[in-house]
Amino acid sequence: MLSLTDEMKREIIMDHYSNPNNKNKPQNMNDYKQIRMDSDSCIDDITIYLKVENDKIIDALFDGIACAISTSSTDILCDLIKGKSYKDALYIIEQYQNMLFEKEYDASVLDELIVFSETYKQAARIKCANIGADGISKIINGDNNE
Amino acid sequence: MIDVKEIRKDFPIYKNHENDQKPFIYLDNAATTLKPKSVIDACSYYYEFDGANAHRGDYDLAYKVDKEVEKCRKHIASFFNCELNNVVFTSGTSMSMNLVAFGYGIKYLKKGDEILLTEAEHASNVLPWFKVSEMTGAIIRYIPLDDDGKCTPEALRKVINKNTKVVSIAQITNVLGFKIDIKEMSKIAHEFGAILVCDAAQSAPHIKIDFKDLDCDFLCLSAHKLCGPTGIGALIGKFDLLKKMDPFMTGGGDNARFDMCGNVAYLEPPAKFEAGTMNISAIYGFDAALTYLEKIGMDNIEEHEKNLHEYAISKIKKIDNVILYNEHADSGIITLNVKGVFPQDEATYLNSKGIFVRSGEHCAKLLKDRLKTYGTIRVSLYFYNDKNDIDALVEALKNGGNFLDAFFN
Repeated sequence: MLSLTDEMKREIIMDHYSNPNNKNKPQNMNDYKQIRMDSDSCIDDITIYLKVENDKIIDALFDGIACAISTSSTDILCDLIKGKSYKDALYIIEQYQNMLFEKEYDASVLDELIVFSETYKQAARIKCANIGADGISKIINGDNNE
Repeated sequence: MIDVKEIRKDFPIYKNHENDQKPFIYLDNAATTLKPKSVIDACSYYYEFDGANAHRGDYDLAYKVDKEVEKCRKHIASFFNCELNNVVFTSGTSMSMNLVAFGYGIKYLKKGDEILLTEAEHASNVLPWFKVSEMTGAIIRYIPLDDDGKCTPEALRKVINKNTKVVSIAQITNVLGFKIDIKEMSKIAHEFGAILVCDAAQSAPHIKIDFKDLDCDFLCLSAHKLCGPTGIGALIGKFDLLKKMDPFMTGGGDNARFDMCGNVAYLEPPAKFEAGTMNISAIYGFDAALTYLEKIGMDNIEEHEKNLHEYAISKIKKIDNVILYNEHADSGIITLNVKGVFPQDEATYLNSKGIFVRSGEHCAKLLKDRLKTYGTIRVSLYFYNDKNDIDALVEALKNGGNFLDAFFN
């Protein structure tokens, strides 16, 4: 598990917000499953794209408008689930959501996502930190839309 | 002159947050306003003392409730200078706008007729007309805004024509905060035989409104934006129009008789539009809110906000990292962004400093192309705000780029 100071956590969030690795529209849209996630309480509006083969995630991208917390958490998640099986990806998402909602969680699989461990203190931001995780698990569970 | 320190004593919420860990700086008055004790007490009074339904019973208490409901109606009529039978109770501005759209628009508009709106309108003054357009074939067009984002009578003249049947605009828009000359707009609309629907949600709390003088056909407002309770508001309409339009909600209390063949004799307006049990406790509170505003004085409120707005603009303009979208607004609405910071990130940062503002599109989703931004921070003032509130905001905005402070404290 990563051990980080607040200063390092800030840098990780700002880095994934300012220069996200996975914020792109896919070149070949037909290869990807996608879901549009817009929030009822803020202006976050992102589309997540997963390329999958035999229940394995080959690529994960997202695109759209979102705040620093939404953008950075989605970007880190995309990094983490690439190359993982559905089962492993869902395990990571489950542990991450347990952390957001103050339940017991397995920190060993969360890597940089650990920077969001204190989101519960800012209840209004839980939705932001969860928008990507929610979208990815919806695609894996068969929700697919435009 | 308004003595903010004295005034805050009327608002229990200030006292109740006195010992919070962070300050209590409420600057989201365009969303809703805080309530004075007199309003809260009036709402409780109904439940504690009167309790009966309106327009229903033969006993003393029921009679008393009827009297109180009509007293509030009379108060609204005197406050906005109209007749008693012009005032319909609704749940608020959204319902008032919908009542006009569904009760009048759908009944009288037809294919090829035109409805004029602006890009700066709130969803409540856009979406009901989309429905009317969908159901009747009427066309929606937009009055062009000037460079500041303001809608002028000259611009209305450019687009209005013989097919225009409805002009529906806000007297003060909820994002840019400009005051529109409704009197002149009504005159122009009437020259072309169109009706003028005025969304007064953001103006009624802040400026004196004279329905007869404005000569608009409908005026829509909410009590909660003028220190009253949530869930109550009014549609003020010209009686001949109210008489010929349909109720879009029907049921108990709005009819004289009906038979098994489907014949219904509706009551005269306003009762025709007030089916079902209304939010009676809120009507008591609405009455008390108007009394409270009269005590302060609408002229004083307007002047206080104008001075505070000027002060705020002069300070905010000096902050390098702030983009100000409506420097010349005529109201207490200030729309801005901190450079490079997503509006919601900034709003949650301000929250961590005890400053409550709204971020987003503020229900005016047509406006984002004009402002060239996905969202903004909206600061909105009322008479219980003072220079200290503005100073705290300015200090926080200066440090606004460090918005992640809020995430790690």
